[in-house]
Amino acid sequence: MRKFYVFLTLVLAFVVVSASEITEVKIGAGWEMTGPIAGFGQMSWDGVKLAMKLRPTVRIGGKDVPVKVVLLDNKGDKAEAANVVKRLIDVEKVVAILGPCTSSCALAAGAIAEQKQVAMVTNTATNPLVTQNRRFIFRACFIDPMQGELLAKFAWEQLKSKNVAIMVDVAQDYVVGLANYFKRKFAQFGGKFFEEYYNTGDQDFTAQLTDALSRNPDTIFLPGYYSEIALICKQARELGFKGNFLAGDGADAPELIQIGGKFVEGLYYTTYFHQDADLSPATKPFVEAYVKEYNRRPDAFGALAFDAYNLVLDAIERTQSLDPIAIRDAIAATKDFQGVGGSITYPEGSGDPVKPAVINTVKDGQFRLMTVVRP
Amino acid sequence: MSLAGFFQHLVNALSLGGIYALIAIGYTMVYGILRLINFAHGDVFTYGIYFAFYAVVLFLMPWWVAFVFSIFATAFLGAFIERIAYRPLRNAPRISALITAIGVSFFLENFAIVAFGGRAKSFNPQTGIYPTSFLNMINIGGVRIPVLTFITIGIVIAALVLLIWIVYRTKIGMAMRAISKDIPTTKLMGVNADRVVSFTFMLGSGLAAIGGILWAMKYPQVYPYTGMIPGLKAFIAAVVGGIGSIQGAMVGGFILGISEIMIVAFVPSLAGYRDAFAYAILLFVLLVKPTGILGVEVSEKV
Repeated sequence: MRKFYVFLTLVLAFVVVSASEITEVKIGAGWEMTGPIAGFGQMSWDGVKLAMKLRPTVRIGGKDVPVKVVLLDNKGDKAEAANVVKRLIDVEKVVAILGPCTSSCALAAGAIAEQKQVAMVTNTATNPLVTQNRRFIFRACFIDPMQGELLAKFAWEQLKSKNVAIMVDVAQDYVVGLANYFKRKFAQFGGKFFEEYYNTGDQDFTAQLTDALSRNPDTIFLPGYYSEIALICKQARELGFKGNFLAGDGADAPELIQIGGKFVEGLYYTTYFHQDADLSPATKPFVEAYVKEYNRRPDAFGALAFDAYNLVLDAIERTQSLDPIAIRDAIAATKDFQGVGGSITYPEGSGDPVKPAVINTVKDGQFRLMTVVRP
Repeated sequence: MSLAGFFQHLVNALSLGGIYALIAIGYTMVYGILRLINFAHGDVFTYGIYFAFYAVVLFLMPWWVAFVFSIFATAFLGAFIERIAYRPLRNAPRISALITAIGVSFFLENFAIVAFGGRAKSFNPQTGIYPTSFLNMINIGGVRIPVLTFITIGIVIAALVLLIWIVYRTKIGMAMRAISKDIPTTKLMGVNADRVVSFTFMLGSGLAAIGGILWAMKYPQVYPYTGMIPGLKAFIAAVVGGIGSIQGAMVGGFILGISEIMIVAFVPSLAGYRDAFAYAILLFVLLVKPTGILGVEVSEKV
């Protein structure tokens, strides 16, 4: 019997010792891996996979601890996005979360992360509400008020637009928000505009476009997502529209060109990243590593997901702890983080970095850089 | 609204309604003989697009061979689904078959994600899937009509004529009509009921493939959930027209296409809610005339 007690004590001691030892850092990721905007999630995940390859461990207590990223698919659905975060925190016990891409999903997911007090870093959710009044939500991108103003300025000064048709997806917070910021600035310039509405997943826009074209717009502004933008451009050109197309970062996926083909030629859009834009010293090495890994040009979503991953790892290394609240504090204190999409500094009490934007265009079936706009 | 504008809307509506009609026929035929709402029909439609896509991109078939291949492959997929998922439940309560249909639908969607990937594939003539001339526009008095619209409406009419000929003028059509009344008695008359049911599924699925290919030419992308909304709309069209009736499915398809486009045309501010409008039509028809426009009252057998 005494032998048994000695054995039991030894086992218990072993369990206690191994529990205190950190063997793995678990980070969660919830992205739009399937559904109509699967391209965004897939691009983001490719960025994280590259980041994991280049930096597979995090240094805690003088030891290199392997990082594991648990990826779950939110299907581009708001309710799923919240479920994914719940599961990542309650079941997978992750210490921080990456994603999602879209503002509507990030709003739903952020509510859960905030309540459960785990930091969430979205790579590309640009709607201001995503981080507003939330301590645990951060982003690696700029926000829509800045993007909307930039687009309005571009439309007024460069495209010389006077009458803009805006196609609004009523189901997406990002789209409604970006359209509003654009309108506010464009009205200040004295431009005229009108709106047409659709819903995520719609494929037929001929009715809206027939109505819009009867009012002779010189530019169609498309603050939506690439799959709808490609279809709208096709149908607008088929109905005889000859003017400009203008879009936000939602256009930035290779599917835009694959689906839109010649119909999206000449489309202008703002986004976070282009491989030819010199945004920070980290940009060039990233582009080279990305091309070597995937044999294709890097994209904005992957670039900012890459940044989000490294941002979280930096924070863990600074705080030397796996306590989610300590990690949150370390992320909030991020200063001059050299991301591949520009440097990130979080102002006091805010999860919104001030970042440069790039304006791209589609030319000869390629995304071409036009200009970099610095804040 | 100008006259040209109105006709432009009407053309848009007819080309949308035509595709709804093609899919709706599949729902209505299966319901007609088995009293089963085949909720996997929208996904069969998606697979029709994938088959055509891969036939061109992977197997490098010329487009017309690829389209015929897709129609037959989809037809066999439909028959295969019937064989493994619905036939074992032929004598089970109707609700079991309905739930199985929903299960098959989920399975097909998720299998497509695994097999073909979640990202949208481009169904664009630039990739050589079909001639660019299909997308040419004909300008008639300021109304721009895509060549594809003529093709769509032509195919819809041809399909209707062919189906009515099959159902009312051939032996297998007679067997289909007999089965829709009473399966056991039909079997007693020496009709191979299982074969007739398989044939019906093949016809419906083949038409879904045609609808899918036309849809993908119009909206050049395909992803695992492509068929979900068109499938639901076509189901509504089948109910509106009178489920079980082929002519009804046709009429329902066009009614749905026209009303969807016209609600956006006349009340543009409601455009974001056009799906809701389609469901409102469904509710209205179910409340006012549950058998649909061309449906006939069926008295319960005693």
